[in-house]
Amino acid sequence: MPRGRRLALGLWLAGLALAIFAVTQARFVADLSSFLPSAPTPEQRLLVDQLRDGAISRVVMVGIEGADASTHARLSHALAAALRADPRFAFVANGASVGFERERDLLLAHRYVLSPHVTPERFTAAGLKAAVAETIDLLASPAGLLAKALVPRDPTGELLAVVEMLRPEGGPQVVDGAWASPDGRRAILLARTRAAGSDIDAQAEAIAALDAAFAKARSEAGAAAANARAVMTGPGVFAARSRAMIEHDVKRLTTVSAGIVIVLLLLVYRSPVALALGLVPVVSGALAGIAAVSLGFGAVHGITLGFGTTLIGEAVDYSIYLFVQAGRGDQAGDDGWIRGFWPTVRLGVLTSIAGFSALVFSGLPGLAQLGVYSIVGLIVAAAVTRFVLPQLLPASFRIRDISALGERLVVASRAAHRLRWAVALVALGAAAVLALHRGPLWDPELSSLNPISAADRQVDTELRAALGAADARHMVAVHGASADATLGAAERAAQALDPLVAQGKLAGYDNPARYLPSAATQRARLESLPDAATLRASLREALTGSPLAAAKLEPFIADAERARSASLLTREQVAGTALDAALEGLLFRDREGRWTALLGLRAAPSQPIDAAAIRARLDEAKLGDAFILDLKAEVNRLYSGYFERALLASAAGLLAIVALLYGALRSARRVALVMAPLLAGVLLVAAWHVARGTQLSLLHLVGLLLVIAIGSNYALFFDKLAHGGGDAAPRTLASLALANLTTVASFGVLGLSQIPVLAAIGSTVALGAFVTLIFSAAVAGRGIIRA
Amino acid sequence: MTRALFAALLLACALPLPAADFGTAQLFEMLSKRKPVRATFHERKFMKLLDKPVDSSGELLFTPPARMEKRTATPKPESVVIDGSRITLTRGGKTYGMGLHDNPGVAVLVESIRATLAGDLAALTRTYSVALDGSAAKWKLALRPLDPAISTLVERIDIGGAQADVRSVEIFQADGDRSLMTITAGPG
Repeated sequence: MPRGRRLALGLWLAGLALAIFAVTQARFVADLSSFLPSAPTPEQRLLVDQLRDGAISRVVMVGIEGADASTHARLSHALAAALRADPRFAFVANGASVGFERERDLLLAHRYVLSPHVTPERFTAAGLKAAVAETIDLLASPAGLLAKALVPRDPTGELLAVVEMLRPEGGPQVVDGAWASPDGRRAILLARTRAAGSDIDAQAEAIAALDAAFAKARSEAGAAAANARAVMTGPGVFAARSRAMIEHDVKRLTTVSAGIVIVLLLLVYRSPVALALGLVPVVSGALAGIAAVSLGFGAVHGITLGFGTTLIGEAVDYSIYLFVQAGRGDQAGDDGWIRGFWPTVRLGVLTSIAGFSALVFSGLPGLAQLGVYSIVGLIVAAAVTRFVLPQLLPASFRIRDISALGERLVVASRAAHRLRWAVALVALGAAAVLALHRGPLWDPELSSLNPISAADRQVDTELRAALGAADARHMVAVHGASADATLGAAERAAQALDPLVAQGKLAGYDNPARYLPSAATQRARLESLPDAATLRASLREALTGSPLAAAKLEPFIADAERARSASLLTREQVAGTALDAALEGLLFRDREGRWTALLGLRAAPSQPIDAAAIRARLDEAKLGDAFILDLKAEVNRLYSGYFERALLASAAGLLAIVALLYGALRSARRVALVMAPLLAGVLLVAAWHVARGTQLSLLHLVGLLLVIAIGSNYALFFDKLAHGGGDAAPRTLASLALANLTTVASFGVLGLSQIPVLAAIGSTVALGAFVTLIFSAAVAGRGIIRA
Repeated sequence: MTRALFAALLLACALPLPAADFGTAQLFEMLSKRKPVRATFHERKFMKLLDKPVDSSGELLFTPPARMEKRTATPKPESVVIDGSRITLTRGGKTYGMGLHDNPGVAVLVESIRATLAGDLAALTRTYSVALDGSAAKWKLALRPLDPAISTLVERIDIGGAQADVRSVEIFQADGDRSLMTITAGPG
């Protein structure tokens, strides 16, 4: 064996070993957040972080349905009790209690720093008179029974003011003490996981715990609850569900498409040895691709693996070309193939790489992974076919003679060539369909990548609407060097927003400073409390003639005196309480050490959030670095930015392919003849999608690039046949037909996936590969006629 | 025959057999036939905490079988609506909702009046021991909570009336505080 060949074999084995090692060490992920942009600006980074790890990413909404309203409520209470005891959940609300009632003692002890009513005026004789009169009215009311016991300690009603402030506004209606949807069909429960939404393992665990708790509650609730069920939505739920879907699909699709390819090859080769050898380049390429992605990105996405099935479709072509085109597989035949066909295959690989580079430069990590995986996989598969595979073939290696099929294909190509003008007509027709299409061709929304079913999204929308909670779309973000400074900024932002709430332009907002006021605010509130002697005198003056005698309020004077000398409330002191849980995700520190507070905005009924008015108020309050986030619009803007970039990268990839072809073929006419069937194929597939009412997404763009990459191989072989390869025509055409069949089969299977990302690519490429082969035959079939 | 039936019914309810001809069954039979009630109320609360009683007044609406609304006009406008097992308090422009199941203390108070107005003896005897005194022209029901946890809040509720009209509700709380609501039939 010559030295060079031994070296190639050694390199391959060493590379294979390394790749296998890298693959065993690889971390596999499946959340769709890697299909979110990597976000260059601080605003966008905050946004992406919020979607991935923030409070809104931790929300789980549960709807209980299928039984009668009071059974739903009973199940809701039992479920809420179970989840409150579960450390995986930081916060649970179902209408009976939002958690703060459990912190009554904490709130009572710190009511003078928490209550927004605490001002110096409140503790003057006049202020006390008004506050106590209010409390006496409360005693006269039906709610008085509950309030009575606390009056001697809290005659100004500060605890009530704190509870009132913390009470979520605009909550859903309550049936039997549990939140219910407006139509009464569902009881609704809101929970927040302790784990981030992107921690899918933890999310899946939390969902399983929730399911188990519900099943237990149901079995304990008796016959009335037999048909009750819990529907769950939320970012974490969707992420976990997506992952399960992706894992399921990837496994199924890979198995099915590998099975189809193996059966096809066996049918043609009639030799298990040939099959095994034919798969060597594919397996080498797939391993190298996964290893490269794992090393380059730190983790391999499930979708990349699913995409791996497509590599089977393309990389298996190389060994098909070698086996079928080289004929009987004897040594001379291999060398002949290497001299005669390898340059064409190499050019095909290069054009494919040019196409996939567009993915690498798309700016979306998920797509860049697909690009790297495909490029590395193809290079390795082609190189193994060229340098390693011929040496592995045993001397007696032979596959079934398929030249009879080849001869028939030559006749078919000749017939196709007569229809070459039909290709032009089809291309024109497709172009016309695209040109005349009303409405946008491209779907600029990120949701087109979302594997969650429309039904699930509908439930999500209904639960959100019923909860009337902040729609998790609009928020004001303020910053500071410390947690306390940021809480101060949040308080100033809240003051700026208050007039808008008063004018009805805004229904309200959530503010972390409500749960933990800034130190300055706390100090100011405590300084509002007069000393015991002054307070006693003011009370006596205020309560002259009142039914409540000042003498009964000594516990109040003692409490106020104690509060004056108490230390301020800190985050450490509230750790583990409902206040802490409420702060979580609303007040946090980013990687650079900067603190951010988020104020979630609630839109007034039938009035969209007026960002300009809010901006103006924030600027007036000198909160220049505060910004208003519209999550949905911002994400879509971000995505469409990347979409444009991906379109540009694709255009650049196309130009690179043309340049490569010109460099190799040295003839503008030949380049045009190679490109013509590819472009006609792309136009036809795009028109097919549009005619079926599909809006094209980023994934369709990727699919079209693949059509060009795979189709270029076909077109180049036809070009080769037309320029001095005529005698090899039957075998070449047979190899192309087989290669095409495997590609269409494996991508066609991908097209059946329930994951839009994979389905879009699969359907586009399966159809595209098929039509480009036919078109290539029609456009370049002349050389075959000569032979 | 009728008497025997009444006796069996009363025994089944585990009630003391009244000495007079006028029994709880008759009273509740009468009450249960009432049409919707619309009346004015005046309530006076006596609390140890306060040197003087506090007063409130307004309108009381009852729609059989389960909806009761108490609209207070003075000293502060507010309303309490009890419908089924849901109680909604509207006060100062804000609405608070809660379930009676979660607030047993509130639930017994509501049930005492509502079940009486509805003539629902079965509902009443689930939570109270019921004693009737007087005649159809002027009767008094004394209700005592059966649940010991509730009796730490409410000791007794006296409901007075004439024929099918409820005229007064007096609540004696366990801590010695007391409220008296007098009801005057209004329009409707």
